Amino acid sequence: MAVLAQQIVNGLVLGALIGLIALGYTMVYGIIQLINFAHGEVFMVGAFGAHFLARYVLPEDVRWYVALPAMCLAAVAVSIGVAVAMERLAYRPLIGAHRLAPLITALGVSILLQEVVRVFYPGATAPLAFPRMFVEGHLAIGPVTILWTGVLALAVAPLLAAALHIYVERSRLGRAMRATAQDPDTARLMGISPNRVTLATFVIGAGLAGVGAVLYGIHYTQIDTAIGFQNGIFAFTAAVLGGIGSIRGAMLGAFCIGLVKSLAGQYVWGGVQYDYVWVFVLLILVLMFRPQGFLGRPEGMRA
Amino acid sequence: MRRKSTAALSGLLAMGVVLGASGCGADKTEAVGGTGGCDTSKGTLVVGVIAPMSGKLSAIGLGIRNSVQLAVEQANEKCAVKGYQLKMDAQDDEANPDKGAAAAQRFADDSNVVGLVGPYNSGVARAIQPKIASSRLVEISPGNTDPVLSRGPEFATAPKRPYENYFRVVGTDDLQGPFNARYLVEKEGMKRIAIITDGKAVGENTATQFAKEAERLGARIVIREKINENDNDFSSVLTKVKATRPEAIFVGSEYHVAGPLSKQAKDLGLNVPISGTDGLFDPQFIALGGKDGDVATSVGAPIESVETGKAFVDAYTKKNFSDGYGGFGSFAYDAAKVIISGVGKVTVSADWTGSPEQRTQMIKEVQAYRAEDGANGLVGFDEYGDSLNKVFTVYKVTSGAWKDELSDQAEAK
Repeated sequence: MAVLAQQIVNGLVLGALIGLIALGYTMVYGIIQLINFAHGEVFMVGAFGAHFLARYVLPEDVRWYVALPAMCLAAVAVSIGVAVAMERLAYRPLIGAHRLAPLITALGVSILLQEVVRVFYPGATAPLAFPRMFVEGHLAIGPVTILWTGVLALAVAPLLAAALHIYVERSRLGRAMRATAQDPDTARLMGISPNRVTLATFVIGAGLAGVGAVLYGIHYTQIDTAIGFQNGIFAFTAAVLGGIGSIRGAMLGAFCIGLVKSLAGQYVWGGVQYDYVWVFVLLILVLMFRPQGFLGRPEGMRA
Repeated sequence: MRRKSTAALSGLLAMGVVLGASGCGADKTEAVGGTGGCDTSKGTLVVGVIAPMSGKLSAIGLGIRNSVQLAVEQANEKCAVKGYQLKMDAQDDEANPDKGAAAAQRFADDSNVVGLVGPYNSGVARAIQPKIASSRLVEISPGNTDPVLSRGPEFATAPKRPYENYFRVVGTDDLQGPFNARYLVEKEGMKRIAIITDGKAVGENTATQFAKEAERLGARIVIREKINENDNDFSSVLTKVKATRPEAIFVGSEYHVAGPLSKQAKDLGLNVPISGTDGLFDPQFIALGGKDGDVATSVGAPIESVETGKAFVDAYTKKNFSDGYGGFGSFAYDAAKVIISGVGKVTVSADWTGSPEQRTQMIKEVQAYRAEDGANGLVGFDEYGDSLNKVFTVYKVTSGAWKDELSDQAEAK
């Protein structure tokens, strides 16, 4: 029982961290039907932005409750800066081009960002230790332990997802987003600027990835230039699993992936070496019977 | 603000060192041009180096390059090869087999190349071996620990040397795994040991050899799991491992996996030592989460404790290279000296032409080489091209730094 409970906790924490990245995938896809494969890299540069602030700018004896918000701001700023530049320079010129063009561009941007960080960030050729800017130690509930950084991730990720959901449902910009997603041409006739909406989507997605990057860094206390690719794949899978375009679906998909990965490693034949396999077996099964994912709308309903 | 100013200061310092080093390099070339009285009328011969000089392993690769540079410069000063000037040509393999093989091919095709020091990675070595076999170019690795390279796939039961031109100056994994097991079981008294590997051939082989020896000595392998090298989250596998109540975890991987794994184990309440081989023996292991009590075995003895190693360290320090000699510089230095000695003997009777016959003669000279005064003590080769020097050392994290516990010859038992 203790092992089962521990594995569930492990899976939920991983899911929460993946979920924050998955939100960016799902939002961008929802608005412009682009699978932004470089979104994992937006997450990665956020982590390095926070690392830079903590390592080179903040004084050494700074308290975590000062450092953590500052690092979040730095990560969000860097992530948003990169995402905006990416949208402006790489994707906007391709509006109207063949659907494959932005997809391939996204892959190119992804490799470019990885290499730029690897080559120019001091020490990024090897994994870097991430500053431990949160309460050390863990919360023990009976035999189950959960790091305080994990508790933080479990609290913040669903909260941000809920806030985003409400924002998209209630706010003026949110309404504009939904309108653009449903029918960009009619939205334009109604006085909505699709370019502005697209940019806002990239900014929000990048902001969430930036927060996610800091949570990820303080939890695993190690970052490298490959974390974007690795977690980006999981996040993309989570977004598809939950129904791409759906905010709640992305979070749900991420928790599912986290749980499957940790429980399969424990209980399924073959052990930990096959945990990735079961994640993608789940994806294939869901897509076979429900191609739009858990909470997604069928493609046909789109205008 | 202390950290900030330290960072700025070290940045300035690093710049100074780089500038200083390049200045030195320029001076050196001129000095060699004059050659201090050596006869270099017959031209220039090249000692090739293939090592990972960028990427995650760059500290090791640059140490290898600089150490060969040191050996070459010393040889030129002493007119070690009569009538010739020596030159080093170092190629970056980025730990990538394709890049390493391409560089090796160029060396093999160049008749001025008398020998090759490298590569560091066993995987790169596997790609290089068949490429240069027909050219008979002699290759001495300062870091390959995969036994297959010298004794073939059946190295344990029916060893057979696949390539006559391949040598190495370090001990192999089939010795290192058991050496690690003997320390954990006999010295530390561990009875229940878990094994986690990253699925790469080197980690798997070492873990298998480790398990065999540990079980022979009466310990139990309570669980063996394989993880994905790209993972950063080990909580799931460690939860599973914890349920088997191990007293130690042997990790068949490198520091970028083992460091965070050590920390995450402790976070889960599994506060047992992590043990592994030379892939863990790096300061980054501790920075990434390695804790006091964690153990790594590595090839050779700590260079400072080898009587003949001090000369190497002193000479290296005097050259003001911008990077340290790393874990394998002293081995590369020994390897380069073997090649220089060989070419010195071969060119006594005839001028160097780079013909296959002459390169075969080089192989014979290397095979026959034996010196007690290498940077790592004994340098010499057995009938498989493996090092006669099978010294390994146990290092343990003590007060946040690696400290050598004991060094010993590891004989297969």
